[in-house]
Amino acid sequence: MTDAPVLDTEELAVEQMTVKSSIREYFARVRGGEIGALPAVLGLLSLVVFFTAMEPDRFASLLNFANLINQSAMIVFISMGLVFVLLLGQIDLSAGVTAGTSGAVLAVLLTNHGVAWPVAIGVCLLTGTAIGLTIGLIVARLGVPSFVVSLAFFLGLQGVMLWVIGEGGTIPVRNDTILSIMNANMAPPLGWVLVVLVVGGYAAVTLAGVRNRVRHRLPAQSATIAWFKIISLAVLVTVVTYLLNQERSVNPDLTSLKGLPYIVPISIVFLVGLTFLLSRTSFGRHVYAIGGNVEAARRAGINVAGVQIICFMICSTMAAMSGILFASRDNSISPSTGGSITLLLAVGAAVIGGVSLYGGKGRVRDAMLGGLVVATIANGLPLITSASSVQFIVTAMVLLLAAAVDALSRRRAAATGHF
Amino acid sequence: MTTNGDRQPALSLRGVNKSFGAVHVLKNVDIDVYTGEVLALVGDNGAGKSTLIKGIAGSQPFDSGFYAFEGHEQRVHSPKDASALGIEVVYQDLAICDNLDVVHNMFLGRELRSGIMLDEITMERQATETLHRLSVRTLSSVRMAVASLSGGQRQTVAIARAVLWNSKVVVLDEPTAALGVAQTEQVLSLVRQLAERGLAVIFISHNMNDVFAVADRIATLYLGELAAELPASELTHTQVVELITAGRSGALGLQNGESTEVAT
Repeated sequence: MTDAPVLDTEELAVEQMTVKSSIREYFARVRGGEIGALPAVLGLLSLVVFFTAMEPDRFASLLNFANLINQSAMIVFISMGLVFVLLLGQIDLSAGVTAGTSGAVLAVLLTNHGVAWPVAIGVCLLTGTAIGLTIGLIVARLGVPSFVVSLAFFLGLQGVMLWVIGEGGTIPVRNDTILSIMNANMAPPLGWVLVVLVVGGYAAVTLAGVRNRVRHRLPAQSATIAWFKIISLAVLVTVVTYLLNQERSVNPDLTSLKGLPYIVPISIVFLVGLTFLLSRTSFGRHVYAIGGNVEAARRAGINVAGVQIICFMICSTMAAMSGILFASRDNSISPSTGGSITLLLAVGAAVIGGVSLYGGKGRVRDAMLGGLVVATIANGLPLITSASSVQFIVTAMVLLLAAAVDALSRRRAAATGHF
Repeated sequence: MTTNGDRQPALSLRGVNKSFGAVHVLKNVDIDVYTGEVLALVGDNGAGKSTLIKGIAGSQPFDSGFYAFEGHEQRVHSPKDASALGIEVVYQDLAICDNLDVVHNMFLGRELRSGIMLDEITMERQATETLHRLSVRTLSSVRMAVASLSGGQRQTVAIARAVLWNSKVVVLDEPTAALGVAQTEQVLSLVRQLAERGLAVIFISHNMNDVFAVADRIATLYLGELAAELPASELTHTQVVELITAGRSGALGLQNGESTEVAT
């Protein structure tokens, strides 16, 4: 920044941040335990390198790349919702089976009752919202720990799901619109339109933010750093889009497979929307405040119970979204959908991405990044070993590692005064 | 800005009472706080200081008594009533969120918005201006997370938050209790600043040095009764300690259950 604007008093001379000071500050933050997305990015890179080295043909194929994105989507959606609950310092252990139960409602309505798909989706999402409302009311109004409430829901909802599905076992889903969510790809030119929108949107928001702060004589990040971020994003999405716009079908003459999977733009919409909610609205600010110090939030006049209830509703509604994705990907809903380790992977995704289990720290994009790490493990491990024993143990160790990193960085942050 | 000449109190309590079950915690307490003045409220543990503050703040309203703000009787039954009048309380345990930055903490629960979005620019400017007006020069950036601040700086943020809203009466509950010497100095000078800026300040402390450093007048509570309310200049350390521990000191204080108030 050339002309450092100065307020009317010399004490308030605004020092605009330079590239040097920004980098220095970043490293100071990392050393102070505020590691953010660093472990997830490094973890993802090393996993990709490792699996590519082990299975160059099967792991590092375009088909598997697209497959990996789809695989991660269910976990990412549950995880994005869980971020809200984790930020409060709470947990929702029932989010996985909420996905299954809502998915079962969707499948039964579509297949058994012939309901139009928009109505079925609406009822499916409302099922999730209602579950979240109930959990939230019990936690916030009665004061029962969310761990216990959601554990009860974890068991109870599996019963509800069996009851909804009936004795038949598996409900097939044949609706084309639902199936295309996880199975169709965008036409390649449309993919490039998306790239322009994403990069352009990010650039506009970032640069406008910098300009606005400079105009109001507030310290702003250096324009060089801003451009560096924009160009990095542009390179990343261009490479991904270019790769996925290539033909990846095993037999291109039979079926052509190219273009970004539709789940990519859908995920981006939710990522942007929920990020806006958390970082730019007073609701989001109150979520962080409650996670940081619930007593302070209460004294500041924040409706703590109200915010808690809304967060549980968001979490369960996002789980219901994931239920739609399960139905689309599996072409069916079975009593085991969303069960087993689904919830643990979603919590793991959030924590690996940098969301703290202690509350008050984390972003929506952490869930997406962590979801990719978790999906990469789930995708790559079966390629190098068919032993379930190894897969369980390795996944467990990764989760434990992420939680340990969270605890250690928190301790480091407490010691050095960063957060 | 000091308006000591005009003797209308900013906040005036007459004969307030508060009981918890059979325990009569406040007995007919009279308190006046004047604009531009620091009133130190002292008393032993259990003397009723906290109960008095909670009554003023509205979080535990008084059972009976007269509560007047700027000469008009008010009904203060919730913290919102008190903030609406311009009465802010800075509690001992700070009520600050470590994971948020200084600006976010100062505007917590009362965020400024433009549309549905937070108006970060205006909040940051107002926070900076308020801190500057209070001559706070110890914060390098208002975007620092509060967790990285020292105890004195955190107390400064808590006090600045109370001032931000054009408040008229600020109640400080033991703001120096956990601070070192230099930081105590900082906070005390900030307390003086508040009074000089035309606020009425109620300052609660156990530390007599701090009390005499900032107080214009000293009110002593003894077992729920007002033992004495006198200008700090007319009292000595020893007298205040006696008032706190025995409720009386020579001719001052409670005589046979009656309190003597010397005109100020």
